[in-house]
Amino acid sequence: MDIIACIKRVAATDSKIKIGADGKSIDPAGVEFVLNPYDEYAVEQALRTKEAAGKGSVTVVALGGADVQKELRTCLAMGADKAVLIKDGGVAHDAYSTAEILAAWIKTVPHDLVFCGRQAVDGDNSQTGARLATLLGMSCVTDVEKLALDGNTFTAERAIEGGREVVKGTLPAVLTTDKGLNEPRYPNLKGIMAAKKKPLEELAAAAVAPASKVASLALPPERPPVKMLGEGAAAVGALIAALRNEAKVL
Amino acid sequence: MSKIVAVVAEARGGKVKKPSLEAVSAARELAGKCGGEVVVLVAGAGLDPAKTELARSGAARVVALESPVLASYSGDGYCAVLVEALEPLAPAAVLMPHTAMGKDLMPRISAALGTGLVSDVTALHFDDGRFGATKPVFAGKAYQKSYMERTPFMATLRPNNFEARAGGGGAAVETRAPALTQEMLKAIVADVVSASSGSVPLSEAKVVVAGGRGLKGPEHWHLLEELAQAFGPGVAAVGATRAIVDAGWRPHDEQVGQTGKTVAPTLYIAAGLSGAIQHIAGMRTARYIVAINKDKDAPIFKVADYGIVGDVFEVLPALTAAVKQALA
Ligand SMILES: Cc1cc2nc3c(=O)[nH]c(=O)nc-3n(C[C@H](O)[C@H](O)[C@H](O)COP(=O)(O)OP(=O)(O)OC[C@H]3O[C@@H](n4cnc5c(N)ncnc54)[C@H](O)[C@@H]3O)c2cc1C
Ligand SMILES: Nc1ncnc2c1ncn2[C@@H]1O[C@H](COP(=O)(O)O)[C@@H](O)[C@H]1O
Repeated sequence: MDIIACIKRVAATDSKIKIGADGKSIDPAGVEFVLNPYDEYAVEQALRTKEAAGKGSVTVVALGGADVQKELRTCLAMGADKAVLIKDGGVAHDAYSTAEILAAWIKTVPHDLVFCGRQAVDGDNSQTGARLATLLGMSCVTDVEKLALDGNTFTAERAIEGGREVVKGTLPAVLTTDKGLNEPRYPNLKGIMAAKKKPLEELAAAAVAPASKVASLALPPERPPVKMLGEGAAAVGALIAALRNEAKVL
Repeated sequence: MSKIVAVVAEARGGKVKKPSLEAVSAARELAGKCGGEVVVLVAGAGLDPAKTELARSGAARVVALESPVLASYSGDGYCAVLVEALEPLAPAAVLMPHTAMGKDLMPRISAALGTGLVSDVTALHFDDGRFGATKPVFAGKAYQKSYMERTPFMATLRPNNFEARAGGGGAAVETRAPALTQEMLKAIVADVVSASSGSVPLSEAKVVVAGGRGLKGPEHWHLLEELAQAFGPGVAAVGATRAIVDAGWRPHDEQVGQTGKTVAPTLYIAAGLSGAIQHIAGMRTARYIVAINKDKDAPIFKVADYGIVGDVFEVLPALTAAVKQALA
């Protein structure tokens, strides 16, 4: 079982976002960058799947700049066998070019199963996994919260509006991982030491330009100041009046 | 040359959901700007009610792709029949709501058509002959405006964000039977388990009542549920903070925030939750926000429109009674 987990380095979810001087990207000063939270589930599921199969390999791959080495090393410390950094050459890729580039690389290596996160919490695109599956002609389930593998077939569960879908399919497959699928492990000291000796290969990205061009990035409009209506149950009357007369929602 | 703005409508159980009607309205507006016309595509089985509804939505044409194989959603099956229908149309733009189906399906169609897609869009643009979109990034902590350089332009639209205007007119409806067999599908939906009946999905609810650690334990969750029910059937849904989901009081589907659901209801009532930056990311675009917290300095008051400083165990039952009375 050869498994690939796609990972991205993103701004931590508690980052305060400031707009950069170009007006199109964030100002990275003071922002902590981390492994995308949903990709932790992807890496964990890749490791568990290999462990359950008793053989195979887990390769983590990232398209990005040289700084992604840190997150790739983290994944190696979690237990991945190999890391691949596809260098973006400073291009700000969108989901279109990201998937095209990743797919071009995946085609060159053995792959039974590809895990991606549900979404990268910077661009919030939720596209890469399903795009990869289409480009590679693989089956796909997005936002997987529960997964069972049985030889060549899988059963996955995902939440939809007002319910859950149970999806059955066959490998090779691309699955995107959601919270609830597993509890990602922390790298231990032994893992961190071992990671230093594991291979981290660097490649140049295939020449694919993004499909879209960013025109501007802006902070959301400020919300109007709060009206404090008082304390305790005594304030409920004022709230009902405000909801009825000002907000007109009652 | 007339441009086609295509909409992929979502029909679950044969019925069109409101976010799809919002997408048709948004498509009509975009078509108005680019001098085009709206064609709605819908895939499924037993689509008669959907076809009737879509014919009245203000679209110029409706194309229904009907097959028993499409009775339940399948990503590769729906993608295959929609790509087959879209290619000869050569649309300038393709829109679909950013629902569970839209999120799963549109990236596949976009990849198959060799173009880009902007997800979870809150505004559409047509400037100087170029299609563009504005979307929240960093969970709404910033908004990104971009223009598409490939065709067609594709976007998924945030539900509850575009108005579903009355349609009118009778569109020509064409029904096709795509040649799709079960064997052609790589993955199939074997089962759909529906959540407790009568509850409205979080992302579609007009009112969201959300709670946090201030509720003290799962046994007090009924205080939020009763307030939600007070707004009447099908109006309000109950959400939770990640602290609640991590503690196992509520399932992950109910988590609001950066790593949960993004909601944009008309009214968001935040009770006994602090307003962590990751939580606010998921609800700051609500039209009105009410905060109930015993700590007057809780960060949630910074984004709220109306605030009550108080104990949820006292304020929630009083509010539930008052809402019932107000709506009686
Ligand atoms: C990677 C990452 C992702 C995250 N994603 C999310 C996410 O998607 N969604 C999310 O919600 N969080 C998320 N979090 C967690 C977030 O940082 C907070 O920890 C969480 O939102 C806090 O939940 P809470 O408000 O219920 O609890 P607390 O922060 O403990 O707040 C409880 C509040 O209740 C008030 N209170 C207590 N008792 C009463 C009472 N009797 N009456 C009235 N008020 C009372 C207190 O004053 C306090 O303000 C994420 C964190 C990380 C690190
Ligand atoms: N630059 C990248 N390198 C590797 N994987 C990526 C990259 N961008 C996105 N992904 C993967 O695709 C998932 C969804 O990302 P997105 O479609 O951008 O929301 C992420 O959780 C990753 O698993």
